[in-house]
Amino acid sequence: MTINTPTIAESTPAMGPTTRGARAIRLPRSPKVIAGVVILIVFALVAIIGGWIAPYSPNLTNESWVQHVLVAGTGPGTHIPADYYPLPLPPSPSHWLGTTVFAQDVWSQLLVSTQATVAVGLLAAAMSTVLSIIVGVTAGYLGGGADEGLSLVGNVFLAIPGLPLLIVLADYVPSAGTSIFLVSLIIAITAWAYSSRVLRAQTLSLRNRDFVEAARVSGEGRFRIIVVEVLPNLIPIVAASFLFTTLYAIGAYVAISFLGLAGSPTSSPPGLWNWGNMLRETFASDAVRGGWWWWWLPPGLCIAVLGTGLALLNFGIDEFINPRLRAEGLSRKAARRLGITRRPKLGLTPVVRRPALKVDTTTHELGTP
Amino acid sequence: MRALLRRLGVYVLAAWVAITVSFLLPRVVPGNPVAGAIARAQSSGICNAYCIKAIEEQLGFNIHTSIWTQYVQYLGNLVHGNLGFSWSENANVTSLILSYLPWTLGLLGVATILSFLAGTVIGVVMAWRRGSLVEWLLPAATFFQAIPYFFLALVLVLIFGQTGSILHWFPSLYGYDIYGVDPGMNLPYIGSVLQHAVLPAATVILASMGGFILSMRNQMVTTMDEDFVLVARAKGLRNSRVVWYAARNALLPCVSNFSVAISLVVAGQILVEIVFNYPGIGYHLYGALGALDYTLVQGIFVVITLVVLAANLLADVVYVLIDPRARQEA
Repeated sequence: MTINTPTIAESTPAMGPTTRGARAIRLPRSPKVIAGVVILIVFALVAIIGGWIAPYSPNLTNESWVQHVLVAGTGPGTHIPADYYPLPLPPSPSHWLGTTVFAQDVWSQLLVSTQATVAVGLLAAAMSTVLSIIVGVTAGYLGGGADEGLSLVGNVFLAIPGLPLLIVLADYVPSAGTSIFLVSLIIAITAWAYSSRVLRAQTLSLRNRDFVEAARVSGEGRFRIIVVEVLPNLIPIVAASFLFTTLYAIGAYVAISFLGLAGSPTSSPPGLWNWGNMLRETFASDAVRGGWWWWWLPPGLCIAVLGTGLALLNFGIDEFINPRLRAEGLSRKAARRLGITRRPKLGLTPVVRRPALKVDTTTHELGTP
Repeated sequence: MRALLRRLGVYVLAAWVAITVSFLLPRVVPGNPVAGAIARAQSSGICNAYCIKAIEEQLGFNIHTSIWTQYVQYLGNLVHGNLGFSWSENANVTSLILSYLPWTLGLLGVATILSFLAGTVIGVVMAWRRGSLVEWLLPAATFFQAIPYFFLALVLVLIFGQTGSILHWFPSLYGYDIYGVDPGMNLPYIGSVLQHAVLPAATVILASMGGFILSMRNQMVTTMDEDFVLVARAKGLRNSRVVWYAARNALLPCVSNFSVAISLVVAGQILVEIVFNYPGIGYHLYGALGALDYTLVQGIFVVITLVVLAANLLADVVYVLIDPRARQEA
């Protein structure tokens, strides 16, 4: 994962002071956004009910769930007592995703793991977003010395590489892995700086708009102006950075679990089942070399698909924030129907406010606001 | 110049914060890291009374000096390039890290530069040919961007690696053929190093390129609406020239966002090295974590931070060189 919302800082949101109550983000209804929403809903559902619908406990081991292979040179006909090594079973009707080399059910582990992974992603993103709003908006609105100081802190955190810092923190707080809250907190500490920088830039540009000026002149308090006038106009950016941070947090959680820093489910105190832990076990057991794809592919693919879902939804928000990015929400056919050429056309990027509805052909020819 | 000095100030501060964090953590965190470290060192049978004392001193336990004195001493040691002694490797941390560093820097440098160049070009083409078939790269880039680096590494091992099960094209373990060649300036060794770098580099490039593509594309789309591009077009300049003008300007924000990108790439590469047993910093960090070798972990953390900060500074210098406004100011 890499930065995917770089345009935010430079672009101006296509909105001024909105009427109260009508501030919901209207996402463009492109296939990308719909796909993103569907993916997120599915994973959210699994995160909630995964523990109930899992056929077995993720820790349950059963001798009959592995194939016992005789070690060559032992057992009957030799002087050495028979020795067996386990081979995991490929997918079958009784084990949809096969079993692990530890004789556990992969499908159950995958379902149960979804919960902690998604929970940490969301919680860490929520914490980091709150932190970035507090720092970014305060810095942007207050300006002066407060801005200098807070921006400096943000820039320092931005410059220190996140994962290594995370590794050192998690290494010294061994109990972090047992608690969703703690691990989220540690991830949030390393994640807030980028969003805060973006929010600061946007607040800076909002601060001098007329409606904020008007509120100030009419004697509204500083806190009230920030909460009532400034914050609502930052919602799309906050949403985009929330999604981006969720993606980052899931990646970070999976990474530290893969490194064994978030506790393993079998250690004491037991860590939480998550996709990173599953991948760690497959890697430690050399599952790739063993050819046991059913064990190591599913958790990785889950991360990738969930991450793609988040990124696709982010596209929707990007297109909401920056109308210039919007036009390709249209299919080729729909575009032709609306009379928009999709050829590269300089300075005249087709802009459609509501792709599903009829579009006044004069507006998009004039370019963007 | 002032802007550059300001950035330099931020980086110096960041380095100081990182160093201080790595100094303070073992001293303020609840629980006793010394006990764990000693138990670990003793299990490998090399930890006598002196070793215990050394560990305690390094982690700041049982020594009767104030934390301030320790801190000053720690900083003094750092200035002299002394990062302590690693008990798992039984060697000086500084010399250990210096021996890991070329592997990491080589891989990181080549992969990041290739990925940035390729990603930028693809992003430009994608923005320019919006609506054409190139647009199909967008979901693909998104998908690759969301895949964890180490998982992509596992997939590449499966498909192309010699320890995988499909094509067996490239070696997928270690930095060179540790049984077949002697390290040194000889052809077989260099060939082997290059061969072994193919898969790790491919992983880092593939995984990081998505982000560069997307950010360049979005910038380019936005820039192409600017008036100066319209003017360039109206003057009747060749298409390639117009694209060049737009791309040059779209590139600026991408370069200034490089710091976020590079720290993600570094994070990813740490894990990639582990998958490939590639003998760089990341792989040894994994070993040090497993061996509870806090001194080595801290040393590696400090060095990785310094490397990232240096890369940031480099990006800032490049920014000043390519942006006339920044150059004028400087």
